[in-house]
Amino acid sequence: MDALLQFVFSGLTVGAVYALVALGFTIIYNASDVVNFAQGEFVMLGGMITWFGHDAGLPLMLAAALAIAVTTAVGVALNKFAIEPARGAPVVSLIIITIGASILIRGATQLIFDKQIHRYPAFTGENPIEVMGATILPQSLWVIGGAVAVFVALWLFFSRTLMGKAVLATANNRLAAQLVGINTNWVMTLSFGLSAAIGALAGVLVTPITLISYDVGVALALKGFAGAMLGGMGNPKGALVGGLALGLLEALTAGYLSSQYKDAVAFIVILAVLFVMPQGLFGKTSADRV
Amino acid sequence: MSKWLQLAILAALIAALPLLFPSGYYYRIGALVFVNALAVIGLAILIGQAGQISLGHAGFAGIGAYSCALGPEWLGLHPALSLLAGAALSGVTALLIGRPILRLRGYYLAVATLGFGILVAMVIQNERALTGGPDGMAVAELGLRDLLRDLGWRIGGGEFWYAVSGIVLILGAWIALNIFDSPTGRAMRALHGSEVAARTVGIDVASYKLKAFVISAVYASVSGSLLALQNRYITPDVAGFLHSIELVTMTVLGGAGSIMGAVFGAAILTILPQVLTALADYEQLVLGAIMIVVMIFMPQGLLPYISRRLRRTGK
Repeated sequence: MDALLQFVFSGLTVGAVYALVALGFTIIYNASDVVNFAQGEFVMLGGMITWFGHDAGLPLMLAAALAIAVTTAVGVALNKFAIEPARGAPVVSLIIITIGASILIRGATQLIFDKQIHRYPAFTGENPIEVMGATILPQSLWVIGGAVAVFVALWLFFSRTLMGKAVLATANNRLAAQLVGINTNWVMTLSFGLSAAIGALAGVLVTPITLISYDVGVALALKGFAGAMLGGMGNPKGALVGGLALGLLEALTAGYLSSQYKDAVAFIVILAVLFVMPQGLFGKTSADRV
Repeated sequence: MSKWLQLAILAALIAALPLLFPSGYYYRIGALVFVNALAVIGLAILIGQAGQISLGHAGFAGIGAYSCALGPEWLGLHPALSLLAGAALSGVTALLIGRPILRLRGYYLAVATLGFGILVAMVIQNERALTGGPDGMAVAELGLRDLLRDLGWRIGGGEFWYAVSGIVLILGAWIALNIFDSPTGRAMRALHGSEVAARTVGIDVASYKLKAFVISAVYASVSGSLLALQNRYITPDVAGFLHSIELVTMTVLGGAGSIMGAVFGAAILTILPQVLTALADYEQLVLGAIMIVVMIFMPQGLLPYISRRLRRTGK
């Protein structure tokens, strides 16, 4: 029982990171129908830049804020210089563009910083908290809390603000949105910036637990995507639940079956979801227009 | 360009290039280009003709490569037979997973194939007892060179593999060009244009997608096998995610759908890292930038772009 609880804690921590990546995917996918394979690099940038700032003597919170700001700028630049010029391109081209962007960001990071593994101290102490025989790190609570806070903020944004509704309108029909006076270019910029900021936040929060290096992005992007797909593409609630569920499945697999094959879980989940219920847990079934 | 002209140009290039080689090292690069080009021709059928994406074809290259490594080691199979066994295994695997996977489209298909590729790489990495894990394993000698030596024809390893990969590439190009010209090729292009339209004229869309998938898997597998045989050593990287991405990028970079484009794309992305070895730290930066720039400004690929440019200046 203690062991199970322990696995659940570690699963929720990793799952919260996947959920944040999945939420980032969802925002961009909703606004532009682009699946951004560079999403994991935002997480990496968040962690790496925070480490760099903290190492250079900045207070941790300032370094974190700097990391989120810089990553947001990278996200906006990605949209401006790689996605916008390729509007209307076939899916294969967009996949290659965002994968190219992820390789580019990784290459630049390794040049500007280094190839080492880094960490910085946890926000509120390193002593594990005991809960019913299992332990949880205070930083894990930060990560899980962060994911929930981002989800709530996004939900409020999309349902209560005019700006959020403009994003949803653009997602629904770009031309119609333009006709009613929505600046769809600004919506795209906003989506990429927001998505990058959320990714960076995930990196900032989780680095004290999982450490960071320039090459962690690909795996995170794939797992975040698996989470988003499990929950149903384009649905923020699905992204949150899917991400957390994937984290839990991984932790339980590592604990009870095989730690070597825990990374396989994400892909088996992807394949299973695609075959059995392609619309995911919360997704809507869609019909194709000919 | 007609089929025979394309094959003749390809053969002439392969035969004439060694005249320009200043050292034996260039034969190795050439062989590497041919091996990659073979897998890329397979993907040109899948992506360029049938319009289906796969981000997991390195998985099939991995199956081919490790068949050549494991066959002789554990089953006592001759390396050449292992190559064929690997190709058969890849074909059957593609047949089995292709049915459900190819129902998906666009991003979903991309991610499903990607998942397959990563699962293959993971099995190779984790089954240390069998595959040596991340350290890789040695591959048996093909033995053909010894046979040639006994017949009185001494040929260096570099030259030998340059010739073998070149011949297999021409063979592969010939088969692919025949497929392009056949009813199968036309059906694939039709479903690429519009699945619904293709279905209304009586094309069994699912079965042609599956054909393209299986054929491309066999190409990737043979490419992986040749790589293993000529390097005499193989690591799980051959099945890795990055290799899959490289293959797709080569396909689209040169101009998906044509043999010359496939060879051109493979040549650029294989030679570039060799040229950039002095700037090894910049390799990823440059690769990423190329992928983005080509896709934005030359969405049809480099070769069609260049030939269009040439034609325009010619007028």
